[in-house]
Amino acid sequence: MSLRIVVTVKYVPDATGDRHFADDLTVDRDDVDGLLSELDEYAVEQALQIAEDADDAEVTVLTVGPEDAKDALRKALSMGADKAIHVEDDDLHGTDAIGTSLVLAKAIEKAGFDLVVSGMASTDGTMGVVPALLAERLGVPQVTLLSEVSVEDGTVKGRRDGDAASEQLEASLPAVVSVTDQSGEARYPSFKGIMAAKKKPVESWDLSDLDIDADEVGLDNAWTAVDAATERPARTAGTIVKDEGEGGKQLAEFLASQKFI
Amino acid sequence: MAEVLVYVDHVDGAVRKPTLELLTLARRIGEPVAVALGNGAADTAAALAEHGAVKVLTHDASEYAEYLVVPKVDALQAAVEAVSPAAVLVPSSAEGKEIAARLALRIGSGIITDAVDLEAGEEGPVATQSVFAASFTTKSRVSKGTPVITVKPNSAAVEAAPAAGAVEALSVSFSEKATGTKITGRTARESTGRPELTEAAIVVSGGRGVNGAENFSIIEALADSLGAAVGASRAAVDAGWYPHTNQVGQTGKSVSPQLYIANGISGAIQHRAGMQTSKTIVAVNKDPEAPIFDLVDYGVVGDLFDVVPQLTEEIKTRKG
Ligand SMILES: Cc1cc2nc3c(=O)[nH]c(=O)nc-3n(C[C@H](O)[C@H](O)[C@H](O)COP(=O)(O)OP(=O)(O)OC[C@H]3O[C@@H](n4cnc5c(N)ncnc54)[C@H](O)[C@@H]3O)c2cc1C
Ligand SMILES: Nc1ncnc2c1ncn2[C@@H]1O[C@H](COP(=O)(O)O)[C@@H](O)[C@H]1O
Repeated sequence: MSLRIVVTVKYVPDATGDRHFADDLTVDRDDVDGLLSELDEYAVEQALQIAEDADDAEVTVLTVGPEDAKDALRKALSMGADKAIHVEDDDLHGTDAIGTSLVLAKAIEKAGFDLVVSGMASTDGTMGVVPALLAERLGVPQVTLLSEVSVEDGTVKGRRDGDAASEQLEASLPAVVSVTDQSGEARYPSFKGIMAAKKKPVESWDLSDLDIDADEVGLDNAWTAVDAATERPARTAGTIVKDEGEGGKQLAEFLASQKFI
Repeated sequence: MAEVLVYVDHVDGAVRKPTLELLTLARRIGEPVAVALGNGAADTAAALAEHGAVKVLTHDASEYAEYLVVPKVDALQAAVEAVSPAAVLVPSSAEGKEIAARLALRIGSGIITDAVDLEAGEEGPVATQSVFAASFTTKSRVSKGTPVITVKPNSAAVEAAPAAGAVEALSVSFSEKATGTKITGRTARESTGRPELTEAAIVVSGGRGVNGAENFSIIEALADSLGAAVGASRAAVDAGWYPHTNQVGQTGKSVSPQLYIANGISGAIQHRAGMQTSKTIVAVNKDPEAPIFDLVDYGVVGDLFDVVPQLTEEIKTRKG
């Protein structure tokens, strides 16, 4: 039987752009270009490798996000995913992590899955909690933050490099996996891949397709509230000296003046 | 007074510093009740009592070491049910965030991660967060349920505040899901004898400019002269010059020391994300245009192979 892999990918504002908040204190998506979160490229890559090693597998990429989030799906399709699902609904604006995990979980169940592969964290919110929330909601094992992953005979194995130790993990499918940026470079879409992606199916679902009420998601129903956002004042310009043979000593003098030595 | 649950991060009974910082923050909101799980749980009580824990709920079972995350969620949920706290605070490690998230979902609460400060507010605890690679500071609250908040290391000072710290056994029955992910092997990290990166008062980092694993000894020598932790940019880690556990930045550790010294690091946004909130920032880089110089309190434009050894020598001389 075919191995059904769902990869969750997020469309995020480019981290190298000048990211801001909108008036309602949600992430401003208008002023900065969006893209497929780089950390989710690693998830797509590992999903494709797992699929290549399986006899028969299908990789579906899933995003919850605005209209433009289709760009992220296109990129994943051009890397080699088979099909895509876009969950889009005006009522989703401002949904937080708990709400997003609800929408993702319902969509994953509707799509059908043996394995969910997520990134380690989104590059805008950087919470790193959605994969754990998905495992909790779907009632399947959580095998997260892997820098190495493999699937064989209905079992997923991987290495999780933690602060205190490096752990070997193992669980039966179905399961939720997340992978780190140590898991292996993501492939670039080939020209052929980019052309092929244009013909791959992209389904659009809204909240009613997922039997979710508008009052379960969105900014007004979020489980958390942001009351204020202030730009960090630019650091006052420091002293910069050119090393002309005494740079190390000058630096030591500065550190001493600040009582570090 | 309302009780505040504090999840204890410890190694065989030795409480890690971020947990003691959490007790400082918890006391601003209510009376800290600590939850310590696994091997050595009861041995944490003395340190926790000294820093303000009125009670220490403990539970040990082999499941904590044999299965990933879920047994700890089950236990923390049992503690929430036993105590009905005003908030639950968890150290912001990768595992801490996962535990906190699953707990929040189970008890119908919102979650805030990576707080860098916490105060009592009219509508519950107010968390300060540093977002978009630390270019913005936000104030947020949990608006549904019992606030579950994870807090980054170095967010508060450790304060002595002796309290009863009465040890009570927590009764936990594991859910069916607790044994879903088996930990089949564990290799403990070797200790370098240097301070923990996220907890250190001073961090000395090296980047691509260090140009080779063997040259990291220059960075280590400077770190050791200051009693500092060693960090590395992703470029240095990807090149295999230094272990990933020492990476500073978005996909590494985020640090907030009193002093950060960047050597041969350009200052890309993803690196800044992990060090921008450091109190004093110093850089050595041969390129005067390197973006890291926008952040520094003091910068030296020069070759690190000249500047860093001279600095180390001078520090040693001054320290005598
Ligand atoms: C999703 C994502 C996540 C990332 N996460 C991280 C992260 O967690 N941490 C991180 O650091 N990066 C991260 N990066 C990578 C980041 O974008 C940069 O590529 C990286 O930080 C560059 O490292 P560097 O400054 O050491 O190297 P470079 O940018 O190459 O800079 C090297 C610097 O060394 C200087 N130099 C060279 N030789 C000398 C010398 N002899 N003396 C003095 N100076 C010298 C050069 O002038 C230059 O400024 C991430 C990127 C992405 C896309
Ligand atoms: N809106 C979203 N759509 C699809 N996947 C998401 C979304 N938000 C988060 N994820 C997934 O969850 C991972 C962790 O995100 P986070 O917990 O927000 O840091 C990401 O790397 C994605 O795989």
